Amino acid sequence: MTRALEIENLTKTYRNGTEALKGIDLNVEAGEFFGLLGPNGAGKSTAIGIVMSLVNKSAGTVRVFGVDTDEDVAGAKRYLGLVPQEFNFNQFEGVRQILDQQAGFYGLPRRLARQRSEHYLKKLELWDKRDTMSRQLSGGMKRRLMIARAMVHEPKLLILDEPTAGVDIEIRRSTWALMQEFNEAGTTVILTTHYLEEAESLCKRIAIINHGRIVEDTDTKDLLSKLQIETFVFDLASPMESVPDLGAYHTRLADPMMLEVDVSKGESLNEIFSALSDQNIQVLSMRNKANRLEELFVQMVQNGDGESSENATGPDGARRGGHA
Amino acid sequence: MLDQSRLMENWIGLKTLTRKEVVRVLRIWPQTLVPPVITTTLYYIIFGNIVGSKIDKAGGMGDISYMEFIVPGLVMMAVISNSYANVVSSFFGSKFQRNVEELLVSPLSNAVILLGYMAGGMVRALLVGAAVLIVSLFFTEGLVVSSIWITASVALLTSMLFTIGGFINAMLATKFDDVSIVPTFVLTPLTYLGGVFYSINLLPEFWQNVSRANPIVYMVNAFRYGILKGRLDEKYIDINIVTAYVVIMLFIVVLFSAALHMLNRGVGIRQ
Repeated sequence: MTRALEIENLTKTYRNGTEALKGIDLNVEAGEFFGLLGPNGAGKSTAIGIVMSLVNKSAGTVRVFGVDTDEDVAGAKRYLGLVPQEFNFNQFEGVRQILDQQAGFYGLPRRLARQRSEHYLKKLELWDKRDTMSRQLSGGMKRRLMIARAMVHEPKLLILDEPTAGVDIEIRRSTWALMQEFNEAGTTVILTTHYLEEAESLCKRIAIINHGRIVEDTDTKDLLSKLQIETFVFDLASPMESVPDLGAYHTRLADPMMLEVDVSKGESLNEIFSALSDQNIQVLSMRNKANRLEELFVQMVQNGDGESSENATGPDGARRGGHA
Repeated sequence: MLDQSRLMENWIGLKTLTRKEVVRVLRIWPQTLVPPVITTTLYYIIFGNIVGSKIDKAGGMGDISYMEFIVPGLVMMAVISNSYANVVSSFFGSKFQRNVEELLVSPLSNAVILLGYMAGGMVRALLVGAAVLIVSLFFTEGLVVSSIWITASVALLTSMLFTIGGFINAMLATKFDDVSIVPTFVLTPLTYLGGVFYSINLLPEFWQNVSRANPIVYMVNAFRYGILKGRLDEKYIDINIVTAYVVIMLFIVVLFSAALHMLNRGVGIRQ
């Protein structure tokens, strides 16, 4: 089966000398829901920019469904759809106009373009706003407009660059549902995100990029199995003033009603409950803290930080770093 | 078969981009269509009527009035400034808002992107040019266009040339100031010194030769020839019409090639 995306030895050195990509290799299978993670300035957006022909590469190969972008860039572009990080539609154009035009740029005849834009505006719940100027939309609606625009030519590979950054949880959840729906309908999805919970719940496979190199590329399950410690959260029936002593377990109070306990791989949870019962601590509910991937990510990025940091500035000279 | 589908894809893309640009021109008509007509009307009143009447009394421009002499130049001036301004502001605006990425990620060829912007600028320039020409009827005793083909083709080619100029300017521009530098410091002086208000044959020989290095002289004269052919005194025909066509087309070929080369390299639009 043809891969949706094959990247070989991709490098990018900006004019100011910054090496944004230092020879990355990446394969995304057709139909996959793939996560590309990395701290700010790690090279995610550069890699996506090169795939989408928005950034000129320095060296390497990019193939989209087997089509080499050096040999047939238009052919490769036809398979691709992009939801960029920043709003980049014309603020003075109407919602429907933006979609109609985008369909036209992909060669869809006007009638088909109009049908498609109607379909996706309805699907993204923007149909009532079709005649509204795009700058008058709310933040969530603008995000949805960008997704509709990316889907209007029905790409086989949809790339979303932090599509849920800065949106409220309701919009985030509805965006997740949409991405899953597109993926289930056969569209390969590549997602970059800062919300690791998002990547953990959506992506079957994850690659982590740091300092322009892929530091991990594996199944999400395999990645998570590398975690040696998991944190469990206990919601307490009554508030506690001090951290209880649970023997070998490392504990802390997130707040007086919430106790967090770190459990090493292979350790039994029964002993925790025994210790809690002995101290007459009533637990109402328990859950796994949803930051497993985040912990792993921070570990990997920190390990990678031991590497050279001379390229820790972006092309605009801004200091890179931070974390997800 | 494949090539045919790509041709069709690009044809639809070109129509879409042209429509987008024309819609923009019409949407902001108080900015794009009205001001040049008002400005040119003022030129008609001040230079044509008030100053022109004195010139006519002093012998004028042969068989035609001074007003008739300056109408073609003022139409050309409107065509030149509007074709350039439309593309430079539209494409730079797209760069600035980053919606140029809508085009860059699409399978459209770079030639089509360039042609689409050119078409939008040409539509605006020709609409403004036609409006300015119609307004001139109120200031002349029935202006007759002697050769519709020369008049229309020169207007078309000139607008084409300056849309490409505007496109190159927009590609190189990194801030809004860069968009106004060329129109203010290059285009306006060249237009005013391009024989709009006078025949360069009235200048001393040295300045006549200097003027011949100004490409706008060729456009203004060719357009004037198209409108006033047969009525304009030979001594006020500054440039041979064939030479004018050759110069205009040469500029178009050179600038189009340069713009396309820059677009292929991603100058100003791809890192």
